[in-house]
This record gives sequence, C-alpha cells and structure tokens, in this order.
Amino acid sequence: MPAISMKVNGKAVSGNVENRTLLVDFIRTNLGLTGTHVGCDTSQCGACVVHIDGKAVKSCTTLAVACEGASVTTIEGIAKNGTLHPMQQAFHENHGLQCGFCTPGMIMASIDIVKRNGKKVSEEVIRRELSQNICRCTGYHNIVAAVQSAAEKM
Amino acid sequence: MSDTGIGARVLRKEDKRFITGKGQYTDDINLKDQTYAYFVRSPHAHATIKAINTAKAKKMPGVVDIFTSKEVEEDKIGGLICGWMIHSKDGSGMKAGPHPILASGKVRFVGDQVAVVIAETREQAKAAAQAVAVSYGVLPHNVDAGQAMKTKAQVHDVASDNRVYNWSIGDEAATDAAFRSAAHVTKLDLINNRLIPNAMETRAAIGSYDTGSEHYTLYTTSQNPHVARLVISAFHGLAPEHKLRVIAPDVGGGFGSKIFIYGEEVTCVWASKRIGGRPVKWTADRSEAFLSDAHGRDHVSHAELAMDASGKIVGLKVHTIASMGAYLSTFSSCVPTYLYATLLSGQYDIPNIYAEVDAVYTNTAPVDAYRGAGRPEATYLLERIVETAARELKIDPAEFRRRNFITQFPHQTPVIFCYDAGDYGAALDKALELSDYRNFASRKAASAKNGKLRGVGFSAYIEACGIAPSAAVGSLGAGVGLWESAEVRVNAVGTVEVLTGSHSHGQGHETTFAQLVSERLGVDINNVAIVHGDTDKVQMGMGTYGSRSGAVGMTAISKALDKIEAKAKRVAAAVMEASTDDIDFKDGTFTVKGTDKKMAFGEVALASYVGHKFNSSEIEIGLKETSFHDPSNFVFPAGVHICEVEVDTETGLTKIASYTAVDDFGTIINPMIVEGQVQGGVAQGIGQALLEGAHYDRDSGQLLTGSYMDYNMPKAANMPHIENFKLGFTFTKCPSNPLGMKGCGEAGAIAAPPAVINAITNALGVRDIAMPATPLTVWNAMQPMKRAAE
Repeated sequence: MPAISMKVNGKAVSGNVENRTLLVDFIRTNLGLTGTHVGCDTSQCGACVVHIDGKAVKSCTTLAVACEGASVTTIEGIAKNGTLHPMQQAFHENHGLQCGFCTPGMIMASIDIVKRNGKKVSEEVIRRELSQNICRCTGYHNIVAAVQSAAEKM
Repeated sequence: MSDTGIGARVLRKEDKRFITGKGQYTDDINLKDQTYAYFVRSPHAHATIKAINTAKAKKMPGVVDIFTSKEVEEDKIGGLICGWMIHSKDGSGMKAGPHPILASGKVRFVGDQVAVVIAETREQAKAAAQAVAVSYGVLPHNVDAGQAMKTKAQVHDVASDNRVYNWSIGDEAATDAAFRSAAHVTKLDLINNRLIPNAMETRAAIGSYDTGSEHYTLYTTSQNPHVARLVISAFHGLAPEHKLRVIAPDVGGGFGSKIFIYGEEVTCVWASKRIGGRPVKWTADRSEAFLSDAHGRDHVSHAELAMDASGKIVGLKVHTIASMGAYLSTFSSCVPTYLYATLLSGQYDIPNIYAEVDAVYTNTAPVDAYRGAGRPEATYLLERIVETAARELKIDPAEFRRRNFITQFPHQTPVIFCYDAGDYGAALDKALELSDYRNFASRKAASAKNGKLRGVGFSAYIEACGIAPSAAVGSLGAGVGLWESAEVRVNAVGTVEVLTGSHSHGQGHETTFAQLVSERLGVDINNVAIVHGDTDKVQMGMGTYGSRSGAVGMTAISKALDKIEAKAKRVAAAVMEASTDDIDFKDGTFTVKGTDKKMAFGEVALASYVGHKFNSSEIEIGLKETSFHDPSNFVFPAGVHICEVEVDTETGLTKIASYTAVDDFGTIINPMIVEGQVQGGVAQGIGQALLEGAHYDRDSGQLLTGSYMDYNMPKAANMPHIENFKLGFTFTKCPSNPLGMKGCGEAGAIAAPPAVINAITNALGVRDIAMPATPLTVWNAMQPMKRAAE
C-alpha cells in the first residue's frame, strides 16, 4: 500500500492507503475527521466537499494518493482559535441547517463560491452554484440567505 | 415573552456541533473490533431462490461469515411486522404476507436482501457479496399499482388478487343520493407519483452483542428508537427489552423513512451474536437507499365531486388503488386509509363522502409514510378536483373555496374527524393579500410579453397530526398507543435535564423544548439539556413523525413541569414556613403572598436535595417528575398556499415565480424553526410536483431512478428566490392541548403539490398534467394548443 503525506487543517499527516482509497475515506477513517460526510455514490450531493489547496473539491471523487503533498482543509479546520468562520456563523444565524448532515459540504462549497464571486455575489449565482450540493431539509431558502450574509463579512 | 421563551426566535443550541463537523451520526461511530456488513440483493423483480452458494465467497479475503435465511430460521428470528391492522369492507383482516429479514424461498422486488456478508472491511464485504452465487427462477412481475389486481404476477400466496385489503369509509348510499340530485359533477383521474424520501444521511446500523452480559446494543438511524427496541424484542425475538439498548444518535433527516424497522438493522444486531460478539456495521450506499428505503405515495385514483346549483359541494366519491410495494412495511397499511381518506373533507363542509381504497402488492420496494403520509395524497386529490370544479363552474377558485369553507367549530366530518378549531377564511384573506392576487392579471400580461405563460394555483389544505388518542387509534387497528413521555430532572444546582421520547433529526428540539422549560421555570436556556434517542436514558417513547413532537411531546414535558412546579412550591413553602397555597411562582422566583419572602428556583432545587428544611416523611427528597401524555384529539393545522408559475413555451420549463404560504399552526414556540419547516416542506412538495418520481421499468422491473443522476432532487436553483417566497401565519388556538399547539412539519409537503399543478394547468389552460411536470411533460401538453393556434 502506498504511503502518502499531506497537510490537513494545517497539520502534517501521513498514512498507508490502497491506490483506490478515496480522499473522503482517508479523512474519515484514517484521520478520524468525521465532519466530512458521504451522502451519495455518484458525486452529486456535495456532503463530502473539502478544500484542496484552497479550492472546493468533492472528496468522494478524489483519490487519496492524488493529494500527496497537498494542503487539505475540512469543516473541522475553518474555525480559527475558537472563532467560527463567517460562513459557519452565518449558517447558525440564518438557520441554514436542520439535520446538519449536508451542512459541512454546504459550508465548504459556499466559502468557495464567495471566494470566486466576491462579496456582491448574486442570489442567482449562489443558487446555480449551490446546485452541486443537495439539502433535503431546508428548501435552501436560509442557506442562500446565509451565504449572502457571510459574503458581506468575508 | 422572555427572549428565550415561547414565541422567541432563539438560534439553535444544536447548531454548533453540526457547523463545526462534530455531529455524531451513526456512520461516524466506530466500535472496537467491528466488522462490516454488505447485503446481497435481488437483481430480479420476482423470482424463486433455487439455491445460494456461498462457498467461493466465504474463501475471499477478510470474510468472517455469510448468512442467509437458513441461519435466520435456525435462530428463529421473526419476520418484519406491519403494526396497523386494517379490515376490509367484508370484515376480513388485511392479507399480510411473510416478510423475513433475509428473503426466504422467493424475492419480491429488485433490491430485496437475500444474504449478508460480514467481513473485516467494507470493501472486502462488498467484493465477497459479488461472489455469492444465487440461482433464481424468474417469475412474472408487476410494478404498476393500477395493474396489480389484473396481473398474473401474484406477489404473496395469501393474496390471490394481490389485494391487501378493500377498505371503505363514509356512507355510500347517502353519497350516491347526493350525486343523483346534484346540478354539476366534476370527474378527475389522478396519479400521485411514487417518491423516494432521500434523507441525506442514508440508513446505517451498528449491532453489537456482549457475550459476557448477554446484552445487545444497536446504534441506528431511527426516528423512534424505543419502537425499534420494542419490535426487535417482541416480534423478532432477538432479546428481551432489558437486554437491548437502541441508540439513535444524530440522525441526518428522516421524513418518515426512518420510522420503520427494516431487515438490515435487525440483521446487524442478530449477526453480531452469530459471529461471537464482534460489532457489525452497515451503512447503506445511496444506491441501496434508493432500492430499499420505504418509498412514498404511489396512488391511482378516480374522484367525483358533486355540486348543487349554487356551487355548494354536496358530495365526494373516491376510489383509490394504493401500492404497498412487495411487503407491508411497519405502518404502511394505515397510510392510504386512516391517514388519507379521513382527510378528504379538507377545509370544506361536504355533507356526503364515500371513499374506497384497494391496497395492492406490487413487485417494488415497500411503500410507507413519507412526509405527510396519506394527507398529501388526500390534499392533492381534493385540491385538484376543487380547482377543476371551480373552473368548470366558472367561479373564481378562491371564491369557490370560500363558499364551501367550514366556518363553525367543532365540525364533525363524514369521515371520522371532528375538527376542533380553525379560521380558513382568515388564512385565505391573508394569502390573497400576501400574494397580491388582485394584480395577477397584470403579472400574467408582463410574463406574456416575455413569451412566458403565467399561471396561479391554490391549495387550501388541512392536516390531522399528533395522531391520537391511544384508545381511538387502537379501535382503528393500531398496534401501539400514540402518547408521549417526558421526564424532567432538576439538578441540585437548578439546571434541568429533560428526557423525552420524541426524537430530533433536524427539527430543533434541543432548542424549542428548552424554550418551554425556560418559559415555565425561568431557567436560562443554556442551563437546560434535552436528552433523547437512547433507550438506556429515556425509558419509553413513541418517537417523532406525523408532526407530533410539539403537540404531543411538548405537552408531556409541560405536564411534567406542572408536577415540578407543584412539588417545588411545597418545598418552598416548607423552607419559607408558609402554606403551599400562599406560594406564587413567576419568572423563576417563588414568593409568599403578602410578604417579601422569596426564593429563586435554584435555591428551591438545592433545598429539595439537601432536605434539611422540611420533613422528608411528608415531602419526598428530590425534584424529578415524569408524565405520559395521551392526547384527547388529533390536532388540525391548516392553511392556504398560492403558487404562481411561469412556463417557458419553447422549452416547457416551469419556474416557480412566487410562492405564498399562510399557515395556522396554533401556538408557535420558535417562528424561525417553524418557518424553516415550512420552507423545507414546500421544497419537497415542489420536488414532487416538478422534479421527483420513482420509476420502475414495466418490462424488467428495474428501478430506473436509482441514483441522483436519474432521480431529480430539488436544488437551490429550483426554488423561488427569497423575495418571492412569502410566509404568513394566522392563529387559532388548539383546544386539545394546554400549549395550544398544532403541528408544522408536514404542511409544506402536503400543500405544495396541488398549488403548483393548479398553477401549471391554469397557465396552460389544460385540465390536468401528470406529476412530475417535467419540461418534456409540459412541452407535450402544450403541443395541441400550439397546433390549434397555427
């Protein structure tokens, strides 16, 4: 089994994985970071979104070995010194989550949307880009409101 | 109102763990030395199992063991049950076929589990499952509810025409007489499309057997862990209740699909003992979830509505064929009967109703309660035919509804329910105002200029939730009572723990239940903990479904709080040397009437446990109370939803231009959470109307919509923009519980489908359109008009 090493949430990590091991399994099983979820098997629900070198990626469709040397950020790594990331805070304040299962992926995807589209990102763009993430509880209403609210503060 | 009490928009206490990735869902839990299960599933819709050869698979790397129905039968593990007995018109009981946890002799739908492979890793279990050789004798199959009673494909020996029951409600002769004297009759054939619930967390389980204490533990994705424990103990015969702990930790959505007891979860508990006590973990793939979770809806109906010359409804006749799938799931039998036909009066004063329901077996996944359960089917049928009747009679659909609204309460319908309170006209008025109905014509003209067809649709729904009382549901065939329990434990320092039999899987109970305690005891909301989902902590409960946790679950807490207050008053009286009758309790402080003596709640709590200041032979030490609340009636939330759509005439694409929801939920504990429930419910309703539909191939019996590539889940882009989604509330107090609460969890999913379809048919000027109204369906519906125009 190949040995891999990468940075996850700013910490150097390493492990031995099979060639076929997915990044999400490496994160959940090897590292015990269970905030990143698996909600489908066709790369559509987005519950598994993490950042690789600053870009949102579905970790269920990424091989762990392909991330050798990369810098990976998961939902556990975005609060700084006990202060929530503005996107986390906005999801809380706007009631942008109910069961919470899709939430980590939603937050990670939303941070990327704002980074790429700026503070003035339109509702139209948020809705179009968030269509890579599925939520069954909220009807997206408050998620969109949360992203708009966080965009102003990021 | 305090800033954390009843009616306050309190931000959720449970959020932090979810937004920081610290939630603990079943698949996040790993037990020492655990193994992994993977199920071998039937590739055929209907077949005999001729032989299962596991020899090759057992030699695969990492395989611990493989089990089939042979081992299940050796250990005498009972089959899955359906907990609601329905009797046919002729008095005979429903025809329940056997439902073993692993298929025995025959498979009855694609995905039926045939064997389980236990291995050291999930990948090894999956690889070995592919090597299990099952020899099938393929049988004729049927996936279509409408064909079930005509087909040669007999699913169960016990039901020769595939009919589970032929049930009826209402007075047939009186209804026929009303139709004979009617001035106008509207007829409609409707299909309520089959849906797949799709909670974002798939089902999962970890079964664990301790060989020393002979005690079982099951971690599982359940909406009602106590019922799971009861069924696994009493019917599967695995372990008596005191030897089985069921834990439903954080659960990632349910929508009904996690109410039920499934074979996979039971198998994990049983298999753990069979392999010598190592834990067995199973997490469904999304593909497995599509195949094996209980689906929803799937009705084929014919309805007739009779009106007199003044446009007053005088009668309703309905015949429905309801697919049960291949087996009767836990509560499936009550969905198209007592949760469906009892709602056919809607918000209307209809003097005569007769409904007949044929529940049928098909070679498909079992069908059971999905958000709304029976009530969306009733509302879709009634609101589609009412809208159609208004159009035929050329009466404005709002006016037609108003003319027929029930205005006097209590109101006894001809289909069991006695509505206790409501003001349907008020909700309609508010919805008309919020949606700016009077200016619809100008918006329609503006849409037309952009080449779009605009339509408006109404839905005036009623829902019966908080299913109750236990004696009443028992007389209708329910195998369990539908009460709820609560235990309130006040700690010596004055903090409070509430143990509830309700289960939160997105509803926000940790916040709303704490708001009730904060309001009643004056305790800081952060000093209240809500404990649920563990049968070792909470003694017994009925779980969360049917929008019952407010009206039933919180009432149980409220009653326990009454007892806490009464006991605390006695303690306070003893300590302050006063009569209990002279003690007042307000905002967390006990005072003695006419004096300046007072004690804070925390001081009384401490005094209750210290026990120095009162005679413990008269007042028992401690401050802990329990209540089991059995409601005296169902609760009846209702509302009016208005949808406007814009249809692109070139592509057939329907956009929700605006959506207005006005609901009467009685007392609202936390408006923020209630609005979230409405928004989420409406999204599922829009999903049913425009996007979602489970489709089995008639020829092969295969599920064609088996992944998110084929089953179209609602996405952010499908929903109305924030400014175009308007919510409003009206209020009538529910008289059957002290808090005056109704229920809000299912309203959106119930109300939305007819509102959307009424809007599309209004836009297109057609009589009906099938759900889901995909661009292709809508485009096809427009072609006759286009040809006529050319």
